[in-house]
Amino acid sequence: MASSAVLPNATFAVVSALEERRLIFPGLLIQPEPKRHYPDSSLVAHLVGYIGEVTEAERAQRRLAPVRLGGLLGKDGLEREYDDSLRGADGVRFVEVSALGRVVREAGAASTLPPIPGRALSTTIDLDLQRYVARIFPAGQRGAVLALNPNSGEVLALYSAPGYDPNAFVGGVDPDYWRSLNVSPAHPLLDRAIKTFYPPGSTWKLALATMGLKRGIVTLRSHMPIPCRGGLQYGNRFFRCWSAGGHGDLTLADAIAQSCDVYFYQLGLKLGLTSLLEDASGLGFRSRTGIDLPGEITAVFPGGTDYYDRVYGPRRWTSAVTLNLAIGQGENAQTLVNMVRFYQMLASDGRARPPYLVHPSAGSNVSLGLLPEQLAGLRQAMISVVERGTARGAGRFGGSIAIAGKTGTAQNPHGPAHGWFIGFAPAEKPEIVVGAIIEFAREGPYVAPLVTRVIGHYLGVDTTAASNVRIVLPTDTAPHPMRLLPGPPSIEDSTIVPTDTGATPPDTGNATPPPRDR
Amino acid sequence: MRPPLREIDKPLLAVTVALSAYGLATLYSAGQTDVPTFVSTIWHKQLIWLGVGLVALFLMYRTSPRLLEWATPYAYGIGLLVLLITLTAGTGAGTAASERSWISIGGLRLGQPAELAKLAMILMLARWLAERREAPATLRDLVPACLIAGVPTLLVAKQPDLGSAIVFIAVLFTMLYWAGTKPSLLLLLGSPVIGLILAFSTVAWGAWIVVLFALLLWWRPYVWEGLAVMLANVIMGVIAVPFWRRLAPYQQNRLLAFLNPEVDPRATGWHVIQSKIAIGSGGFLGQGFTHGPQKRLAFLPAQHTDFIFPVVGEELGFVGVLVALALFTALVLVLLRISRRATDPYSSLCVFGMSGLLFTHIIENVGMTVNLLPITGIPLPFFSYGGSFLLTCSLAVGISLRVAWESRQSGYAEL
Repeated sequence: MASSAVLPNATFAVVSALEERRLIFPGLLIQPEPKRHYPDSSLVAHLVGYIGEVTEAERAQRRLAPVRLGGLLGKDGLEREYDDSLRGADGVRFVEVSALGRVVREAGAASTLPPIPGRALSTTIDLDLQRYVARIFPAGQRGAVLALNPNSGEVLALYSAPGYDPNAFVGGVDPDYWRSLNVSPAHPLLDRAIKTFYPPGSTWKLALATMGLKRGIVTLRSHMPIPCRGGLQYGNRFFRCWSAGGHGDLTLADAIAQSCDVYFYQLGLKLGLTSLLEDASGLGFRSRTGIDLPGEITAVFPGGTDYYDRVYGPRRWTSAVTLNLAIGQGENAQTLVNMVRFYQMLASDGRARPPYLVHPSAGSNVSLGLLPEQLAGLRQAMISVVERGTARGAGRFGGSIAIAGKTGTAQNPHGPAHGWFIGFAPAEKPEIVVGAIIEFAREGPYVAPLVTRVIGHYLGVDTTAASNVRIVLPTDTAPHPMRLLPGPPSIEDSTIVPTDTGATPPDTGNATPPPRDR
Repeated sequence: MRPPLREIDKPLLAVTVALSAYGLATLYSAGQTDVPTFVSTIWHKQLIWLGVGLVALFLMYRTSPRLLEWATPYAYGIGLLVLLITLTAGTGAGTAASERSWISIGGLRLGQPAELAKLAMILMLARWLAERREAPATLRDLVPACLIAGVPTLLVAKQPDLGSAIVFIAVLFTMLYWAGTKPSLLLLLGSPVIGLILAFSTVAWGAWIVVLFALLLWWRPYVWEGLAVMLANVIMGVIAVPFWRRLAPYQQNRLLAFLNPEVDPRATGWHVIQSKIAIGSGGFLGQGFTHGPQKRLAFLPAQHTDFIFPVVGEELGFVGVLVALALFTALVLVLLRISRRATDPYSSLCVFGMSGLLFTHIIENVGMTVNLLPITGIPLPFFSYGGSFLLTCSLAVGISLRVAWESRQSGYAEL
């Protein structure tokens, strides 16, 4: 006999009243059930996810591990990813009941199937760090922070803002709350670390530097033919550098520290479009990291020049696309977790260790392919970013720890740019790599100090001195804002692409699809 | 850094030398008439001018584009000043008695400032467009560029030298195009000229206004810009007839003769008819070097300057014309390549403007000799006798050589 919940979360008064009137409702089963409780609530919302009553469609999908009608199912986050082991198994008890529904006799121990409790899940999250990140994340901003152990891929913290309260889903979500989550332009259900594309902006420059070094086209001391005079003439177009005054003649190391666009335009030209596209695939910029959370989207990057033939038509595009790709603009959409995975390679011995929360996924064979001294040189350049480059001031606090990192500004055709910072420390032997993106940061006063403070907290350094630091991110952008990925492969022209926010509501079914914010 | 001679851009130098040699030979032949005139020895003078041009070329090759950029406003200012002086103190030499195109001192004719002013305008436009660093997006953005080109155009048109005025306008459009102006914007900018030409047929003009209105609705420029464009076209339609009446009779006749040379074959149609006869009689291989009868018997007018191209056609035939046009095409293509690879916007725009200048001259001159375009007295680069224009071409090639060296020396050309 299947039963369904009529009144979840019944109060003590209701239960007492019903028990008194048992005779009137013979079929009524009053049953205590254990309830989920998330002590850290919205701080870990996107990590743990939420649960809800299983739907018909979901039941149909789960033939191998059936869930009883009215049963609960993980809908997002770890709840969904590890639903099977968290669930345990329902027990079965055969009883004889009287006409009034009272248990008269147990059917005997032999035919009783004891329930199996769900297994405890222990994650790699450093809860103290997670709480710290949530506390210092600028209030009211949208964005995400992800911290990894570069040597193992363990996720130390994963925070996406705005969050939601997973406790509200326990025992059925309030329809009004569900609707407010879905119609909110901030998309609180969206895990911005794994489910949102952003143009990587200047954080991409390390990828280009890696390609150049690996192919032996440049060394860290190489100069480019044309010094930066505030931009580069290519054909009849002038591609600007973010610094209108120009950077002069730079080496690769200096160009990383100053995030000079003109240097990387030329490096992109030297590399050539074909090699650039090839190497980007090789470095994993067209794939998922395989983090054990549901709904991670695949980063988008052209697989070959035929992509441009398809989008613009053969011979209707020029090699000027190389210049945009070279500085992380153009047809390039990455998730935070994918960019942090790339920096994880820079922070370790160059081999990829896919991020994970509970179980490491199958080993990855992606690696940077750099010599140890080249890797060391790149790290040195990234230390300069924090010490005297585009993020100077951000790492200026008590300790003697060298922080390496790279700023980025992702151009956004719909409003102010998004600010990036990805860094790791201690630079000599990194123990943590932290990436952060804040949407519409425009002047980006938060991103780099945010990351360095997270690093400082993890490594136990006093970070109070950094709290007042305000740095200005470079507005390093290509001269002509372009729509992100026009045409196929079907990417909306919105920078934020919600893929899983419209998940079927647990029991209301009246949610409207989330509107796109423009 | 001084560019050494051995690093000079070989293709550009080769094309230039070939064109100069071909042009000098043709000019020598143009002087070989049955009744010798002053033209028979004019190639001596041209040789001297070639020497002057060579010096100018190497001077420009040694001049940094940065120095040139700095000196540009002065060059432009001097250019305008000389054009003004020409208007008041110039002497006539051309078709119309009133023409004031020459600067002369004590009866010695020094040159035509309009030719050098073309170069000054290119440099000034390049400087202005390069400093903007952004493609002009609205008609308002184009106003300064139009002023830079418009002032010398008016001064030259006042001489009157309509041919050169057209060159100024054409160069303005090519440079705006290279600076990234949208073609639709250029069409709007040029629409009053189309309106003026079509105004001679009321039906055609009416149709044009309808088309223009549709285009404005389609492209949606700023309202006041759309109004200005529409107004300009309507005004053109209104003033077309009074404008036609105010043209000098010889200018009217040229236009009429262009439409139908047989109207008056012995006077206004003369040039075009004789030119076509000369080119047509050349056949495949031509009448032989220096043996063209049209030229020998002095039927060809201005055979050493504006109508030198028919001499090539008559004496060297289809093959000779093909070689000449191939050399010109090569010259323009080489310049375009240099412009594309230039390391900075100023150099790139300069070289592109110069290729536009040469291209316009070639098209206008060759076009008029075969009656595809109305007759406007402008010289054919490296062929027509004329010191000022040869000097202008040499300067242009010299600047381009330097730009080519800059991009190759820095290694940018190989990227």
